Amino acid sequence: MEALLIKVEKRNDVSPSIYFLTPVLAIFLTLIGGAIIFYVLGFNPIEALKFFFITPISDLYGLSELLVKATPLCLIAIGLSFCFKSNNWNIGAEGQLIFGGIVGGGVALLFYGHEGFYVLPIIILSGAIGGMIFAMIPAILKTYFNTNEILVSLMLVYVAKLLLDYLVVGPWSNPEGFNFPETRQFSESARMPILFDGLRIHAGIFITLATVFLSWLILYKTYLGFQIKVSGLSLKTAKYAGYKGKTMIIIVFVISGACAGLAGVGEITGPIGQLHRNISPDYGFTAIIVAFLGRLNPVGIIFASLVVALTYLGAETAQIFLQVPKYTGQVFQGMILFFLLGSDYLLFFKIKFLGLRKNEL
Amino acid sequence: MYKYFLRYVISVLFLLGISGQANAEFKVGFVYVGPTGDHGWTYQHDEGRKAVEAAGIKTTYVESVPEGADAERVIRQLAQSGHDLIFTTSFGYMDPTNKVAKDFPNVKFEHATGYKREHSNVSTYSARFYEGRTLLGHMAGKMTKTNVIGYIASFPIPEVIRGINAMTLAAQKVNPDIKTKIVWVFTWYDPGKESEAAQALIDQGADIIMQHTDSTAPVQVAEKAGVWSFGQASDMQRFAPKSILTSIIDDWAPYYVERSIAARDGTWKQQDTWHGLKEGMVAMAPYNSAMGSDLVKEVEQLQKDLASGKTHSFTGPIYDQKGNILVAAGSVADDGMLAGMNVYVKGVEGDIPQ
Repeated sequence: MEALLIKVEKRNDVSPSIYFLTPVLAIFLTLIGGAIIFYVLGFNPIEALKFFFITPISDLYGLSELLVKATPLCLIAIGLSFCFKSNNWNIGAEGQLIFGGIVGGGVALLFYGHEGFYVLPIIILSGAIGGMIFAMIPAILKTYFNTNEILVSLMLVYVAKLLLDYLVVGPWSNPEGFNFPETRQFSESARMPILFDGLRIHAGIFITLATVFLSWLILYKTYLGFQIKVSGLSLKTAKYAGYKGKTMIIIVFVISGACAGLAGVGEITGPIGQLHRNISPDYGFTAIIVAFLGRLNPVGIIFASLVVALTYLGAETAQIFLQVPKYTGQVFQGMILFFLLGSDYLLFFKIKFLGLRKNEL
Repeated sequence: MYKYFLRYVISVLFLLGISGQANAEFKVGFVYVGPTGDHGWTYQHDEGRKAVEAAGIKTTYVESVPEGADAERVIRQLAQSGHDLIFTTSFGYMDPTNKVAKDFPNVKFEHATGYKREHSNVSTYSARFYEGRTLLGHMAGKMTKTNVIGYIASFPIPEVIRGINAMTLAAQKVNPDIKTKIVWVFTWYDPGKESEAAQALIDQGADIIMQHTDSTAPVQVAEKAGVWSFGQASDMQRFAPKSILTSIIDDWAPYYVERSIAARDGTWKQQDTWHGLKEGMVAMAPYNSAMGSDLVKEVEQLQKDLASGKTHSFTGPIYDQKGNILVAAGSVADDGMLAGMNVYVKGVEGDIPQ
């Protein structure tokens, strides 16, 4: 019997410039893949790509919407980068976002009818704390009971979703709302200030930018950032160096949860203005793509969040103008991740063909 | 200063956008909450849209639009891209629809199942589905052997409570011993949850399954278990040919065509529409002959009487669960009471989730 022998070898010399260029290559390959799909579906590929990637941001409103969409994605992905860099697989950012939204929204309802400059900061802070607490659950279970954080954080998403369902259907539903599953509209001082008349972009973007800057400081300029990086590269080295692994696991989860909680509170006090069952179109899951597309790097994540946000807007415009099926947006997100992971593999591993050999059975 | 500049830029952009569309043809946009292939709520709205196309008017639709922050952008984009009339077909689009309507006074908006008409270019419309439920109740009361009717309910909003009550009242009329058991699934569309609910109700002795949710899962479970069922929103007969006695069909087509033509011809006016069997917005799928020709005749007569107004789904005396009178003998519930209905009638088991 003969078999083709393939040997996979790890490369040790990956240049940083190529490392950061592969996401660009992945996006480029996605465009080509997208053009082929559009062609097969019977659309003019150039026109479809134009409606997908250019039309949505060809006016101020579109640009503002892009930022509205990218703001939560960027914020969550930044938080996730702390976890992923240190080999902690927090898959439950969606749940942390929802729980942050629940806590922040609860405070907003508590302040219903109150006006004052202090209302919004309290809401934002409580949303961040809510996300933090919810992220602590998988972290503590992991550190003290050795549970798998992927499973725990993922399953907690459903807990948060069902809790939100219960609250908006029952105790928190709008007393004048005919039992529809939604709360009252928050009062004016519980809403994120709108930056420009007629556009939806709100002050939440400053929170995101501040978080990006802080993250960069922590990751690249502090001892904690160094510890995170070392533990990600080699857990054994981290242990040998005497880093407190347990504390670090909790810290990265807390940071990640706070970011997701902030994103949740930004959505409900920003474009939504109340609590209902659909406060997030799975931002917490999409942010995982954003984090990896941005190479877990704060600046990279900013760009990645814009690209992924554009795939959402593009899917809508392409549907409105060409009646392209809505789910092409998700196909594009999938393709980006696929090409990125594929080129990563080729980047880090050499594939050697050793020719045909006789197998000795 | 910059604010004025920005306003200027925005208005110029808007004007460019509008002038670009000035002589564009008349277009109608539809926003759907689910996929057009759900065979329930969205499917029927899309059938309505196709009727508008067939009437020679160009249409666009956007499907699976989440009821969160994204809805406002989609509605606004439709308005901005030259659509003259926009149907937003889910309750959760109520606030975004009104918000966008404010900024586009020349575009007409129609919101399904809502109650807010904050601007003169917003109409609301819904159907008297409860009339169909009365017919279902009549059949259920006659067909049940266990005297337990299983009801899969979505959300405890007036529309759903109204359906439960109308069905129970009609069933009691022909069979005073019946009980209505309800499972709340808190979703409009989730085949998994819906089939679990149907199974749970069958396990509790229900031999009739009806649903106020949109998937075909409950009727399929009923078919397997050998109990009777009723389809929802569209004719679901082919998914459970033996089990289904009939389906309540939402027929939006005549309304969509009428309103689209009115908007095109400039005769569109704000209104709150609540149409039923009479106008055809609620229709019944063919009755299953397995229930016997006598019963079919009875139900057909009842359908005629409901349509003509000779019979009303909520005719007194009607009592709540505790025995307090809700509607006095000899009178019928008015639309205001129906619109805000928030209590079960006697014979329904359990409490409304609060």
